Amino acid sequence: MTVIPRKLAFASALALAAGIGSAQAAQTDITVALQLEPPHLDPTSAAAGAIDSVLYSNVFEGLTRFMADGSVVPGLAKEWDISEDGLTYTFHLHEDVAFHDGTEMDAEDVKFSLDRARAEDSVNAQKALFTGIADVEVVDPLTVRVTLSEPDGSFLFNMAWGDAVIVAPESIEGIKNNPVGTGAFKFADWVQGDKIDLVRNEDYWGDAPALEEATFKFISDPTAAFAAVMAEDVDAFVGFPAPENLPQFDADPRFTVLRGSSEGETILSINNKLQPLDDLKVRKAIAHAINREAIIDGAMFGLGTPIGTHFAPHHPDYVDLTHLSQYDPELSKELLAEAGYPDGFKTTLKLPPPSYARRGGEIVAAQLRAIGIETEISNLEWAQWLEQVFRGKDFGLTIISHTEPFDIGIYARPDYYFQYDNPEFREVMDTLQRTTDPEARSELLAQAQTIIAEDYVNGYLFQLAFPTVANAKIEGLWENAPTQATDLTGVRWTD
Amino acid sequence: MKSRSLYIGAILCIVVVFGALISFVWTPFDITLMDIPNKLQTPSAVHWFGTDHFGRDIFSMIMIGARTSLAVALVAVGIGMGIGVPLGLWAAARTGGWTDEIIMRSNDLIFAFPSLVIAILITAVFGASAVNAIIAIGIFNIPVFARLTRGSALSLWEREFILAARVSGKNAIRVSVEHILPNVMNLLIVQGTIQFSLGILAEAGLSYVGLGAQPPVPSWGRMLADAQTMVSLAPHLALIPGFAIVISVLGLNLLGDGLRDLFDPRIRVERT
Repeated sequence: MTVIPRKLAFASALALAAGIGSAQAAQTDITVALQLEPPHLDPTSAAAGAIDSVLYSNVFEGLTRFMADGSVVPGLAKEWDISEDGLTYTFHLHEDVAFHDGTEMDAEDVKFSLDRARAEDSVNAQKALFTGIADVEVVDPLTVRVTLSEPDGSFLFNMAWGDAVIVAPESIEGIKNNPVGTGAFKFADWVQGDKIDLVRNEDYWGDAPALEEATFKFISDPTAAFAAVMAEDVDAFVGFPAPENLPQFDADPRFTVLRGSSEGETILSINNKLQPLDDLKVRKAIAHAINREAIIDGAMFGLGTPIGTHFAPHHPDYVDLTHLSQYDPELSKELLAEAGYPDGFKTTLKLPPPSYARRGGEIVAAQLRAIGIETEISNLEWAQWLEQVFRGKDFGLTIISHTEPFDIGIYARPDYYFQYDNPEFREVMDTLQRTTDPEARSELLAQAQTIIAEDYVNGYLFQLAFPTVANAKIEGLWENAPTQATDLTGVRWTD
Repeated sequence: MKSRSLYIGAILCIVVVFGALISFVWTPFDITLMDIPNKLQTPSAVHWFGTDHFGRDIFSMIMIGARTSLAVALVAVGIGMGIGVPLGLWAAARTGGWTDEIIMRSNDLIFAFPSLVIAILITAVFGASAVNAIIAIGIFNIPVFARLTRGSALSLWEREFILAARVSGKNAIRVSVEHILPNVMNLLIVQGTIQFSLGILAEAGLSYVGLGAQPPVPSWGRMLADAQTMVSLAPHLALIPGFAIVISVLGLNLLGDGLRDLFDPRIRVERT
């Protein structure tokens, strides 16, 4: 009588232990915190990088895609042929790819997506990516032929952007609230102001991800971010907003800290159409009044690389032009006097929520005050910033990190919010687009970087670091941010 | 017993006011100049309260921050008294009438709203600035003073000396101004110090959430907010503005208590 219960007890204890063991090994859900919440969920119709931070590669995929190291690899297109003259790209799509609503992804969807993005009335935030496309033709359900008007050395790179993902005509209506893509995760729920839930797409065409459920939580406040990670309310914080706290996470064995670099050129954007900022001398004075080291040290606690133009320093074609805007307040005062403002002037400095902008803004304001420029600081919420500054162009100065990869092309758009209008620069960018020879491209890129640096379009501050703090048991998170993305397809829990 | 809280309160208040006044002409360091290489220093002989994350002298910032706090609280209490007291006097003079009803019910309406939430609403609609913070806090002082004035004025209206004044031909306005107001003044002063301390707290609260004075104007509340993520690196960044708020609020409350005891006839009688 006594033997059996003991055996039973032993067996159940074993079962229990095994159960716990397997439960631990099989943790398949993750909560990832991001600082910014997307305004809506359509990456093909908004500039907000926060949309791609949640959806890129997880929910939506393009013909090609970025990898963690920034390289471009096949996505929905498994291979492609490029014609001799570099004008025709024939994409061969993967078979049996379905959208999350069950409809098949085929050449018609690719044509729809590209035509929609390049259409006259397209609201795509990166329309320039598609302007080179002359025609999109469906050859058969799995083959698309894209004809360019001119050879474009960066076409495959362009197609990897989050703005170029493939969407379906069937689901385009409700895409802003119910994104339907082809990715490894399906959109499940969005609690506005709090979180977005994704679940694994069991019918995914590629390798199934290890995670079954993923929650993106939005925590904009740096203190709350610190508390959430410390209390392990979130498993990872991608783009951790308080660099001053990183040493504490370093010292804590529960966490790993990835100090990656981002594509974020953090700039003091200048409204080039607003008096007196439309004067090159005034902008040059501002550029020389800025002490980058002080900003990096004061706002980012040393995390960040100084830049002298709108280009990422880790890019092979980067030219160090910081000497053009060396910290020299005396020169700034002279330039202001020459421009007709010996006593300086007043302008606005509108700051979005990230701490690089808020803290950096206070430092910039102090540095500008030293040369006589008074700035009226207003701290804006994200939506207000997009409305007033980005769309409304109602600002004098602002600080923002441009996190899109290889985005020097924005300077060729006179209607872009800082309103830089230089035909010479546009000419260089046009030539660049037609050029496929790598050496000639490097030269053109150097030229482009120099033009905007010498025109002092904006104050170039630093390349934004991209710190990620994660539970030490998580592997597969991107260290760097070659594009705005939180790719969870390769993320898994160890042990 | 009463004198101790009066004196301690008065001393604390004088320290704060004195610091704020001196800051107009002198601060140890210029807080508009940042000295980032010397950031997050602990208190020392040079920087008495240390330096903040931009290398600014915290002692100087506390002094100028006192100015912001006092100015906001002073004007806010001024708005509350300036509008609330006349309304209270008017309502008491017309007690039972529709004027009384309208005045007091609209005061109840304002009183019923959670004040900080409405302050956030006002600053969110009209923009974040010290001026809007003053208005928001001021509006909520109105019913406090209106109720207090009406309540104590009502009992005065029943007294013989008021009756005598009425009989001698003074109208309600003159009676209110010449006889009622002087007799409720003590109460108003005591309530004023309490509201003043609440005003300082409200300003700190609004600045803490970014709706008060905008940078670079120093404010105790924003200093606290800025210190948040650095508490573990440099605790003094949060402790010092925190203490500044505690000291001024405590000082005002002790002063208010002391003044109440001083003015209260019952306690005065007991003592003699």
